[in-house]
Amino acid sequence: MANTTETHGEAAAAAEGAAQPADAGHATTATTEAGHGAEAHGAFPPFDLTTFPSQLLWLTIAFGLLYMLMSRVALPRVGKIIDDRNNRISGDLAEANRLKGESEAASAAYEQALAEARRNAAAIGQKARDEAKADADAERARAEAEVSAKVVQSEKAIAASKAKAMADVGGIAVDAAEGIVKSLVGGAVSKADIEKAVKAALTR
Amino acid sequence: MAAAEDRVDPIHQFHINDLFDLGTFGGMKFAFTNSALFMFVAVGLVFALLYFGSSSRSMVPGRLQSVAEELYSFIRNLVHQTLGEEGMAFFPFIFSLFAFVLFTNFLGLIPYFFTVTSQLVITGALAVFIILMVVVVGFAKNGVGFLSLFVPHGVPGALLPFISLIEIISFLARPVSLSLRLFGNMLAGHIVLKVFAGFIVGLAGLGIGGWIGAIGPLLMTVAITALEFLVAALQAFVFAVLTCVYLKDALHPHH
Repeated sequence: MANTTETHGEAAAAAEGAAQPADAGHATTATTEAGHGAEAHGAFPPFDLTTFPSQLLWLTIAFGLLYMLMSRVALPRVGKIIDDRNNRISGDLAEANRLKGESEAASAAYEQALAEARRNAAAIGQKARDEAKADADAERARAEAEVSAKVVQSEKAIAASKAKAMADVGGIAVDAAEGIVKSLVGGAVSKADIEKAVKAALTR
Repeated sequence: MAAAEDRVDPIHQFHINDLFDLGTFGGMKFAFTNSALFMFVAVGLVFALLYFGSSSRSMVPGRLQSVAEELYSFIRNLVHQTLGEEGMAFFPFIFSLFAFVLFTNFLGLIPYFFTVTSQLVITGALAVFIILMVVVVGFAKNGVGFLSLFVPHGVPGALLPFISLIEIISFLARPVSLSLRLFGNMLAGHIVLKVFAGFIVGLAGLGIGGWIGAIGPLLMTVAITALEFLVAALQAFVFAVLTCVYLKDALHPHH
């Protein structure tokens, strides 16, 4: 008590200009400051040195306690929640990215399969077309061969008919000439003569 | 004793009252004071906010959890931006500092509550502790290299002693400005509030004319109360930011 009030008393004494340090420790502070019409402790409260030890003691305890509670208990708790959330979010994002990659791969595989199928379809179509064409060609060739064979045969038949007809023309002409001669001349002319005459006329 | 008759004395609110005495040790009087009480109230509130705010541990935070998380992230980002990854060791300290100043500031705005940060010894002790920590950390991390803080690069040799002297003075002025800024802001704000509030009481005692006259001070009191809320938060932030900046000097003394 004595020490602190003395230091405080010095401040007050300096202000007062009083030269009695012995009294300063006692009651001067209260009485002199009462002259200012002020307070129990005297000085402006924030500068009242007598309160400093208590305040420093409790500040140390209170702030030390706060620091302990914050660093040991409270901040790790809150920090863990935030970290957990961040991890969850980044985990979810990674998972989403993975799924996105998977779906892209699946989509690429589908595209590839589709392209392959298209290629196959085109090949099959081409093959079918080629086969059909070959069949058609063969069929046509066979038909053409048949037709031309028939043509040849027909031409042969025609030639034969023609030759036969030409051969018959002589007989007909003989008969016709015999008839004509019989009706015109009357009488009988030998068949051999007529044949000779017709043959001569035909060869001319 | 003078307090009872002096209801609108603007200084009365800063009085340290002993709630119970602890006795005298080494010539120093110790007591559990109203100041100590509100320190513990602030500590309890901070802890309760963070503890109960983190008790549900839900993925989508509720209101209390949002506040706790925002407070945490805010200071964490501040420390991370100014001090980097190696400075995260100071995160609990900066957080405690910010929360302590913020909550004692806000508590002081409640009528009849004591403002711990309006005591110079409190802000001074915090500031001195911070600067001592800066010095200790500075020498521990950089050895003698910490002194290069006082030797800026690219200064001509002739000017160097002069510049270094200025740097040393500015370094020594840091705890003073740090503590006085907070102390002064809280003290002045509360005095102004009390003075304007005192006008209302004084004028209202004069009858109907005084009532009308009291409207002006009433509006001012409301406005200053709003301003004080801003100041309370801002000063806590400034205190934390400056602590970070000073610690940055300790970690990286080369300008």
